[in-house]
Amino acid sequence: MTEFLQQLINGLALGAIYALIALGYTMVYGVLRFINFAHGDVFMLGAFSGYYLARIFPQESFLGAAGVFAGSMLICAIIGIIIERFAYRPLRDRPKLTVLITAIGVSLLIEYTGQHEKVFGAAPRTFPNLVPDTNFVIAGVSVNSDQILVLVVAVILMIGLQLIVLKTKIGTAMRALSFNAQAAALMGININVVISFTFGLGSALAAAGGILYAMNYTSIDPLMGILPGLKAFVAAVLGGIGNIPGAALGGLIMGVVETFTAGYISSAYRDAVAFSILILILIFKPSGLLGKTQVEKV
Amino acid sequence: MARSQIILIVVVLVSLGVSLGSGRIDPYFLDVIIGIGINIILAVSLNLINGYTGQFSLGHAGFMAVGAYTAAMITLNVSSPWMFIPALFVGGIFAAVTGLIVGIPSLRLKGDYLAIVTLGFGEIIRVVLQNMEFVGAALGLRGIPSYTTFFWTFGLAALCTYIVVCLVNSTYGRGFLAVRDDEIAAESMGINTTKYKVTAFVIGAFWAGIAGGLYAHFKQFITPEGFNFMRSFEIVVMVILGGMGRTAGVIAAAIILTILPEVLREVAEYRMIIYSLLLIILMLTRPQGIFAWERKRKPTLSA
Repeated sequence: MTEFLQQLINGLALGAIYALIALGYTMVYGVLRFINFAHGDVFMLGAFSGYYLARIFPQESFLGAAGVFAGSMLICAIIGIIIERFAYRPLRDRPKLTVLITAIGVSLLIEYTGQHEKVFGAAPRTFPNLVPDTNFVIAGVSVNSDQILVLVVAVILMIGLQLIVLKTKIGTAMRALSFNAQAAALMGININVVISFTFGLGSALAAAGGILYAMNYTSIDPLMGILPGLKAFVAAVLGGIGNIPGAALGGLIMGVVETFTAGYISSAYRDAVAFSILILILIFKPSGLLGKTQVEKV
Repeated sequence: MARSQIILIVVVLVSLGVSLGSGRIDPYFLDVIIGIGINIILAVSLNLINGYTGQFSLGHAGFMAVGAYTAAMITLNVSSPWMFIPALFVGGIFAAVTGLIVGIPSLRLKGDYLAIVTLGFGEIIRVVLQNMEFVGAALGLRGIPSYTTFFWTFGLAALCTYIVVCLVNSTYGRGFLAVRDDEIAAESMGINTTKYKVTAFVIGAFWAGIAGGLYAHFKQFITPEGFNFMRSFEIVVMVILGGMGRTAGVIAAAIILTILPEVLREVAEYRMIIYSLLLIILMLTRPQGIFAWERKRKPTLSA
C-alpha cells in the first residue's frame, strides 16, 4: 500500500507536468486545428531559460523561484509567438500536411541549434535547486518539496488558465475561434491576435512545465523535450484534443500510468506505454475521454 | 516491351557489370554509392505511402529495423552466402506483416494523427528490440556477414522503383492517387480506400524491410538506436524534397541527401541545422518539392 501511494504521488507529479505541456497542444489545436510539433522543444527552451535565469535570481528562495518561473514563461511566450508568426502564419491556408512538416522542421531546428556547442551543447547539465530541498515522510510515503511545488504550481496555472479562457474577453475570443473561425472573424475578432495570444499562453505553460520537469529530474539537455512532448501530446489526445480540462485529466492519467508501468512492470517499457495508450485510444475512442465526436461534412 | 521494363533490365545489367568490377572502385566511394542505393529503396517505398497514397507515415525506420534484424538473424545463424537473398526476402515479409499490423489501426486516422501513431509504432518497435536479449538488446547485432554488393543494392532499387511506378500507373494503382486526392470522393466512387491504404503500407513496409536487410549486411553492425525517429525523418525529408508522389524527384533527392553529408563533412555540426532550415524554407516557398516544376495544378474553386 505504501509503495502504491508512493508511486501514485510520483505519477501525479509527473502527470501534472505532462498536463501543463498538453494544455499548449490542446489550445493550439483548438484554434488552428493542427499539432504544434515544436511544442516539446519550447518546453526544453523553458527549462534552459530557467537554468540561465537561476543564476540571476537568488537561489533556494521562493521569491527567486517565482522570478525564474515568470522570466522563463515570458521568454517562451515570446518564442512561441515568433514561431507562429514566421513559420506557421504564412502557411495558414495550405494543406495541413505542409504545416505539420514545417512544425517538424521547426522542432528539429530548435533541437539541433540547441545541441550546437556555441548554444547549449549536447552534454546534459545539472539544473540548480530553486527551492530548499526537503523530504517529507508522511505515513511511510516520501514526498519531495519539488514534487509539492510541481503540484502547487500546476494547479495554480491551470486555475489561472481556466479563468483566462472562461472569464476574459480574449478567452472568449479563443473559444469563439475554436468553435468557428470564419464566424469569429466576421464578428470582428482579430484572428491573428488571438492565435498569437494562444501560442504565447501555451508556450508559457510549457516553459513552466520545463522548469518543473528540470527541478524533478535535475538534468537538462537540448533533446529533453522530445519524449515529454510526445507523451503530452498523447495526453492531449487521451483527454480529447481541443478540450482544456481533458488535457489536464489526460496528463495526470499518463503520468500515473507511466510511473506504474515503470514501477510494477519494467522501466524499459515506460516510453512504449505512452504510444500504446495512444494507439488504443485512437482505435476505441478517437475523440478522447472528454472530447466530442465530430461528424465530417463534405 | 515497355520502356520501363527496358530501363529495369538495363539498370540491372549495368549494376551487375559494375559489381563485377567493384574491386577496382575506391572503397569509400563504393560505400557512399551503396548508401545511395539503400536510400533510394527507402525513399521510393515511403513515397508510395506518403506521396502517392497521401498517408503521412513517420515510422519507416521501424519497418527497416524489422527487416534488418530478421535478415541479420537468419544469416548469422545459417552461414551460407546463398541465404542472403532468402534472408532479405523473409526480412521484407516480416516488415510487411508489421506494416499490416500498423496499417490496420492507423486507417481510421488522418494527417497529424497518423503521423504521430506511425511515429509511435516506430518507437515501439525500437523499444521492443532494445529489450530483446537474443538480438543483442541495446548493444545491437555484430559480425553480420558482408553480403551487400553493388549489384544487389541497385538491382533491388531498380526492381523496387519499377514495381512502384508500374503499380501507380496501372488501373488498380490509380486508386492510390484517388485516396490521396480526395478520400471521400474516392470512397463514393466505389474505391475501397481501406484496402488501398493497407496495400500501400504493406508494400512500402516490405521494401523498407528489404532496404533494412541490405543495410544490415552492408554496415555489418546494427543497433536499435540506428533505427530511431531521426532515421525515419531523413527518409521523409528525401520524399518531401523530391516532391511527394514524384518518383524521379524522390530518387534525385535520395542521391543528393546521401552525398550532401559527405560533402559537408567539414561543417558536419551544422548539417542537421541546415536540413531543418531547408525543410522549413522549402515548405514556405515550394511545398511541392524542388524537382516539381513540370506539373502545375489549376487553381480549384473551393478551398
